[in-house]
Amino acid sequence: MLVSDPGLLVLEGLTKRYRTGDLALKGVSLTVPRGQVMALIGPSGAGKSTLIRCVNRLVEPTGGSVRLDGVDITGLGAGALRRARRRMGMIFQEYALVERLTVMENVLSGRLGYVSFWRSFLRRFPQSDVTEAFRLLERVGLDHMVDKRADELSGGQRQRVGIARALIQNPQLLLVDEPTASLDPKTSRQIMRLVKELCVERGLAAIINIHDVLLAQMFAERVVGLRLGEVVYDGTPDGLTGDVLTEIYGEEDWSATIRPVDEEGDAQGQAEADIEVGEHPHHRRSGPTRDEDVVSGL
Amino acid sequence: MSTAARTWRKPPLIADPRLRWGLLIGALVYLVLALASIDVNWARVLDGIPRGQRFLSGFFPPDFTTRWGAIAEGLLESVWMTVTATVVGVLISIPVGLGAARNLAPLPVYLGCRAVVALARTFPEVILAIFFVKVFGFGPFAGFLALSLATVGFYAKLLAEDIEDMDPGQAEAVRATGSSWWQWLNYAVQPQVMPRMIGLALYRLDINFRESAVVGIVGGGGIGATLLTAFDRYEYETAAAILIFIIAVVMVLEYGSSWLRRKVQ
Repeated sequence: MLVSDPGLLVLEGLTKRYRTGDLALKGVSLTVPRGQVMALIGPSGAGKSTLIRCVNRLVEPTGGSVRLDGVDITGLGAGALRRARRRMGMIFQEYALVERLTVMENVLSGRLGYVSFWRSFLRRFPQSDVTEAFRLLERVGLDHMVDKRADELSGGQRQRVGIARALIQNPQLLLVDEPTASLDPKTSRQIMRLVKELCVERGLAAIINIHDVLLAQMFAERVVGLRLGEVVYDGTPDGLTGDVLTEIYGEEDWSATIRPVDEEGDAQGQAEADIEVGEHPHHRRSGPTRDEDVVSGL
Repeated sequence: MSTAARTWRKPPLIADPRLRWGLLIGALVYLVLALASIDVNWARVLDGIPRGQRFLSGFFPPDFTTRWGAIAEGLLESVWMTVTATVVGVLISIPVGLGAARNLAPLPVYLGCRAVVALARTFPEVILAIFFVKVFGFGPFAGFLALSLATVGFYAKLLAEDIEDMDPGQAEAVRATGSSWWQWLNYAVQPQVMPRMIGLALYRLDINFRESAVVGIVGGGGIGATLLTAFDRYEYETAAAILIFIIAVVMVLEYGSSWLRRKVQ
């Protein structure tokens, strides 16, 4: 069975036509293997958001199929769809935390698909969920903010809560919609690195919609380019030449956008070096504490 | 040669100058004609002034003691009516308001709930009270029903509108976790609308107390009934005492609700 594993997520001829008549997706076919971090790039209106929302059916696709681990998501009834959504964690552009709930409530809301209404209503989650929430908040560096209200946090902190909320679902797949669009360049890198690290730690696959081509090249192992609802590029980050970017976005001088050839190789190490030199010259990092330093720097 | 500086003016609200001036002049003419049609009999106004003065002086000094029993009874009845009508009205409003929010309810439910809201809002409290007095007889029960129904019209409408204005991003995020509809309501919708809804419930408590005085005048019990009796008997000193009580309660509610609203934001 494992030999013929078709991939964690298989999209076939995925089509979405909005009621206004706009054809947002024109038969997209795509396979995401287990554990693969894939960046989805393309101009605004290319259908990136629509695509990931069709996967968990926040937007109903009008044609084609979505299969997660062999289960056809498009054909599920309400109850089965809720169970399928538990396995897909979602991270949003404007964080989409419930602003008047506490950090802990926001994280625990990731368990809603697993607990009964009364348990969630009375905020009496199983101890294992609470333990895991504390563990995740510690991992993203926010365990000292458990009872803060979400609207008291900074952008980077909010996105970390958003990440913890997605991860506590214990998903197989992360759907990430422009995670860095509202963040400054440094925080953007930290968030992308955190997402990437967590995916590696937990063997998660991810689809990351992102505008920043450099960030996509740095943190994704595969890049898919979408234009007007169609896949126009699918390959490695290094294959994004000026011609390819012109194909995706249209004519422009891309020389400043593409990663120079001599910096290829360990892009992630390069990014970390940037931060180390630029932001924390007095910190001496040693192995496991490195990420915590970056985190507490927020 | 385009040496002349380009001028700029704010574009007018109504582009067509004929329509713009026509509407303005038309409105002015109507206003003048309407004012002219009010037939003021200055002799009667002059007559009325000393009568009004005599009437007002009749209020002094306010008499709290003679009819104290009736005042206390009416006041307690009004408070009872206000509190129960607000609680019952708000409780009924919650399902109606949820149903009347277009982003929550399917179309048939939405139309049904909007119809309930519209019906409850059509008639002011006095008319509802007259109706319920006819059906259930004199007394605070009729007043209670009138105020409850009016509360539904007010509260369900504002609840529905607040839900329609909520941030769809937060709602979407909670839905994406695989939550059930009720969990989604509790985690995504309720936190967004709660503070305003608490404020509106207190505001409605305030309105209901003031309306309880009006409702009483048409037979719905409460302090309004006591006030009417006092006027009927030409006991203006007692009426003055009642009015002072009504003002005091409204002020207490005003300060109390603004304090509580600050607390829940």
